[in-house]
This record gives sequence, structure tokens and C-alpha cells, in this order.
Amino acid sequence: MECNGFNSPRSDTFPAGLRVLVVDDDPTWLKILEKMLKKCSYEVTTCGLAREALDLLRERKDGFDIVISDVNMPDMDGFKLLENMGLEMDLPVIMMSVDGETSRVMKGVQHGACDYLLKPIRMKELRNIWQHVFRKRVHEVRDIESHDGFEEIQIMRNVSDQYDDIYLHNGGDLTSGKKRKDVENKLDNKDFEVGPKKILDLMNVPWLTRENVASHLQKYRLYLCRLQKENDIKASFGGIKQADLSPKHTAGKFGLHNSINIQQDDAANGHFGTSDNKIPPHNIDHKIHEAELKGIVSMSMTKPKKAQIVNIPEPQKLSSSGTGLSHSWGSLEPDPKYAAFDSTLTMQYSWRDIQYQEYKPHLQLENSFRHLPLPAIQNHIQVNTLRPVPSTNTIPFNKERDKPSPVEIQPSGAKCRSQQIRQVAPTGNAFDLLSAQSESCMTNFHTSSPPASATFSMKNQGIDRISVTDLESNKGNLIQEIGAAFACIDEDLTASCFQGDCCSINLGFQNIAEVSPYLYDALKFDYENPCDSLEYPVIIDQGLFIA
Amino acid sequence: MERTQMHRQLANMRKSLFDQGYLDEQFIQLEELQDDANPNFVEEVVTLFYRDSARLIQSIDQALDKSTLDFTKLDGYMHQFKGSCSSIGAKKVKSECTQFKEYCKAGNGEGCKKTFQQVKKEYATLKKKLEAYFQFARQVGPVETACRPK
Repeated sequence: MECNGFNSPRSDTFPAGLRVLVVDDDPTWLKILEKMLKKCSYEVTTCGLAREALDLLRERKDGFDIVISDVNMPDMDGFKLLENMGLEMDLPVIMMSVDGETSRVMKGVQHGACDYLLKPIRMKELRNIWQHVFRKRVHEVRDIESHDGFEEIQIMRNVSDQYDDIYLHNGGDLTSGKKRKDVENKLDNKDFEVGPKKILDLMNVPWLTRENVASHLQKYRLYLCRLQKENDIKASFGGIKQADLSPKHTAGKFGLHNSINIQQDDAANGHFGTSDNKIPPHNIDHKIHEAELKGIVSMSMTKPKKAQIVNIPEPQKLSSSGTGLSHSWGSLEPDPKYAAFDSTLTMQYSWRDIQYQEYKPHLQLENSFRHLPLPAIQNHIQVNTLRPVPSTNTIPFNKERDKPSPVEIQPSGAKCRSQQIRQVAPTGNAFDLLSAQSESCMTNFHTSSPPASATFSMKNQGIDRISVTDLESNKGNLIQEIGAAFACIDEDLTASCFQGDCCSINLGFQNIAEVSPYLYDALKFDYENPCDSLEYPVIIDQGLFIA
Repeated sequence: MERTQMHRQLANMRKSLFDQGYLDEQFIQLEELQDDANPNFVEEVVTLFYRDSARLIQSIDQALDKSTLDFTKLDGYMHQFKGSCSSIGAKKVKSECTQFKEYCKAGNGEGCKKTFQQVKKEYATLKKKLEAYFQFARQVGPVETACRPK
């Protein structure tokens, strides 16, 4: 039942059966609209209160295709409701009102309304509302495809000063896997479902609400966009992409006005690890941002000066030798939850340090990693299409487990044991590295724990997975290392470790090339669960790891 | 045939409601929504409208009774009321509502009070006319019966 991205049993009769939620405090209108929509062969649910509507939507996540709501609701401002709906549920929302004043209509559109209907509403206007549903889906798919590539590229650029245009070519080339994945995500595919609710569930933090998560995601996403904009100088197309991104995402969804508070303190890091029930949701978001910021900044903002990456505490230092890398990872003992994550990042960096610097083509890596089949390395890690990982991708933030390695990569049975050792020539093998990393990411994810995939979809963006590699693994998981090293902030932040979606680690690799030779020695991947995440840059988003 | 005459009469009643500006397009929309599943849809909606708007009328009356008028509040009530009126196509009532809102914006208390009297008048007139119309329609009965040959 997937046609054009409509994964629903109704797709063949679309738009018939469109599931509409009508919200209006006027019972007369409610009755009329219900009848009108039924005449259009839509499935109608009516609601007289805004709060009720939100509850309904949350309860029946993915139970509706579109919402039509009056602007003047007694219990909540219609615009606020609109924002919440759009933000959390990512549904197209149509506003209605008797008042057709331009400023009101404008406000509606600003807050994300797909359309603004004036009462009295005609049947023919309602007959056409399905186009909003259809359009949204089509755009989502399209945006994901084109958007990610560009954004990732930009990120890479930010990370390293020297970028070459080679990257650009790869920008738009997303593999179908990614598209598929995103489409699936959008399409109620339960297996791959991600969204604030899912993330929330995974996190299992009692005081956290879906709104917090949704709002956080949006903020983060917007923040990344902003980051990109600030940093992006070179990419001409980057600008374009930004443009794409902003209107869409900002349109009322989260009030862009709510900028992400970037507080450069790193309280966040340690913060998340604790389940501090007192932190009001708002603060959480805040802190998350801080953490993210930190992480992000570390990763992308800092023009990596070659070996130096970021100011992330590096508790463990990897051995300098490349070969030692894999082993050194093993020694890392991430703290539960957040800490684990932290160390991951740390590792990356230290690894980088060791490795080194001068990297240029890593961008390519990224790209190729994402999009291209690794040329020289064909036989090596073809990280490209990994099967969905059924097990969960461990994300350190999964709940507050005290498991030292939520992200573990591998538990003994770790699938991440691939016997493939890649020999990759240093240069140009960034691909390999990436591949390896992605693989590792993926593999790592299979194992363990937690709940699986939480993919944050940022609005309609593609999801970037966060691969959390388990640093602990001793198994010489170069992968982990690599993965870590590749963590990069991807604009499309969607940290997703989904099931079935592996994480591609998006690393701001600086030293990938350098590393490769060493890495490969120890590289062992278990390709059991290939992940198609390779295509996606992976972002290790500390902020999201709220244990 | 008497039936046919009654039908014609009903049709005329209906037509005059439109011609005299009591009803607008929206009423026709409601009629079009009426079907076998909801054979009395229009009447149900109108009944619902009168029932629900009664409380709004009361709120406005109370608000107008105060020594100092809260125009924002008044405007808010009227906005709701107007929205409701638009649901059944109550044209004359709606235009009085618009007038009322203008006075609210201007902060003209007297204007508001006077206009509101007009609103209520039109509201009541329409109610009577529609009640008569529906009653007659019920007497006339479904068209099919009338046409069935004996």
C-alpha cells in the first residue's frame, strides 16, 4: 500500500477515507462540517474543545490525516493550538474563521496553517482539502532527498575549512534507501516510526512530555539551520537549501522566535544523565540545547583545526597508534546514559587528535559515504545498504539505564563483528572509513539495548541518525571509533536510531584519511545488519541523549 | 392536486425567504447536505443554531446592561454569534451583527445597543419564518409520496 508515499490501505481510494479531525466550539458548525466532510467520503471526528482535540491527536497518533480548526476556541488560542498540532503531530492544519481579515489570515499562515477558510464554508472547499495532505507528503519525501545532501555538505564545510566542490556533486544523490526510509517514517510505518512520541517512549523520562521532545527537536533543528546559515559561506547552493529549510520549518511550527538558547555552558552534559525530576520541561529543552550546542559546537563549529577537535572532555585518550585505536575504545567506560554518550564523543575527538589532521577530502567521504558506492572499496565495506536493524540502535540516551553501555556496541554476541577487514588506502578511502563507521554504527546498534529506534524526525526532514557507538566495546571496534570520529552535526538532525535504520555516523572527519589505514586493521564488522544509514550522516547529538 | 399545490406553496415560501434577504447561499448548502441519511438535516441545524445562540444573545444582553461597556468582550461575543449565524445563512441577522461589530470597534455604546435591538429583531423574525416553513414542509411530506401514482 505504498504509492507515492501513502502507506495506507486507503491509498487506492484516496482521497476517500481521509481522516479528518474537526475542531470548533460552535456546535452548529460542527454538525454542518461533519456532514459536509462525510459527503466528501472522509472519515470525520469532531471535537468541541481545543484541549480535547490535542488529547485526541496524541492518543491516536497517526490516526488523522488532517485537522480543521476554528481560530477562536474558548479554551485555547487557535493559533497556539495550530502550532502545537503542527509541531507535535506534524499534521496539515486548516484554519477557519468568520473573520477574513488579512492580518488574521497572515497570522494563520505564519503559524503553519496550510490553509485558511472563511466561514461560511462551501462544500467545494472541503472537497479539496486532501491536496494539503498529499502535498505535504510529497514535499516531505522530496525535501528529505534533496535537503539532506545539501545540508550535510554544508555541515562538512563548516567543519573543515577546506572543502571541495567534489562534494557538491553528491549532494543530491540520495539513495533510494533513504527516501524509502523517510517515506516510511512519514507513512505510519510502525516499524520505523519515529517522532516525538517514540522518542519520548524510548527515553522513558517521567516528567518529560511529548511537547518537550517535539519542541526540543524543532528547536534543535532550527538551531542547526541557523548554525548552518551562520557558517555557510561557500556553498551557494547551501543558501538555497537553507531557504528550503527555513520556510518550511519555521512556518509557525515552532515559532522560530523561540530560538534555541545556546548557552554555552556544559551543564548539559552531565545534566542529562540525571533524572532530575525537578527540571521543568522548559529547562530541559534548554539544557538539551546547551548540550547539543556543546556537542555541536564541538563538532561542527570548531573549525577543526586539524587534530584538534573540539572541546569535549576527553577522559580517555586513545592510544596514538592507529592500531591501538580499536582497543582503546574498549577501555572506555561510558557512564550510564549520558555519560556514555559523552565519552563517545570524546573518543572521537581524541581519536582524531591522534589521527590527525589535514583532512580534506573527508567531505567526500561524507558524501560518498552517503551517497556513492565506495569506489575503490567496493569490496570492502559496502556500507551502503544495510538492512534495517531489527534490534535497537542503541542510543545512549535510551532511558536512564544504568547500563554502562547503552550504546554498547556489542555485547559479545555483538553482531558487530564483521570479519571484514578493509584495507583501504588512506586517501580516498575516506569512504571506507565512513563505511566502516557506518557499519559499525549499525552493527553497534543492533545489539543492545534499548529500545530501538528513536528517530527524531524533524519535521519533514530526513532523519539523521545518531549512531551511538558503543565505546565500550573492546572488540576492537574500529567501527566505533570510526563512528565516533565521524560524528558530525548534520543539519537534518534527526537523531535516529531506528530500528531498521542504522545510524550513519556523520562525522566531521578530519582525519579520516589518516585513520583509515589503521582502522582497517582492526576493522571488523559484522554485516549482519547492514544499515542503510550509511547514506545518512550521523549526528551524534549529545543533547538528545537525555537519559 | 392538492399536494402539488402545497409543494408549490412551499417552494414559494422558500423563494421569498431568499428574495427578501432573510437567507443566503449557505441555506442552500444545508439543503444540499440533506439526504436519506439525514432527511431533516436543515431543520436540525436550524434548531441547533437557535438553541445554542440563545445563550450568546443572553451574554450580550447582560454585557450591554453594564454601566461601562467592555467593547472587547462584546466584540468577542458578537464574533461568535456572527459565526453561528453564518452557519445557517441568516443573512439579515448577519449584516446587523457586522454593524454591531463596527460600533464596538468605534467604542460606540449607544450604537451597539441600538444595533443589538435590530439583531434580536431579525433573529426572532427569521426564527418564526423558518419554523413556519419547516412545519409546512412536514405537512407537505416527502415529494415522492406526492408523485406516486395511485
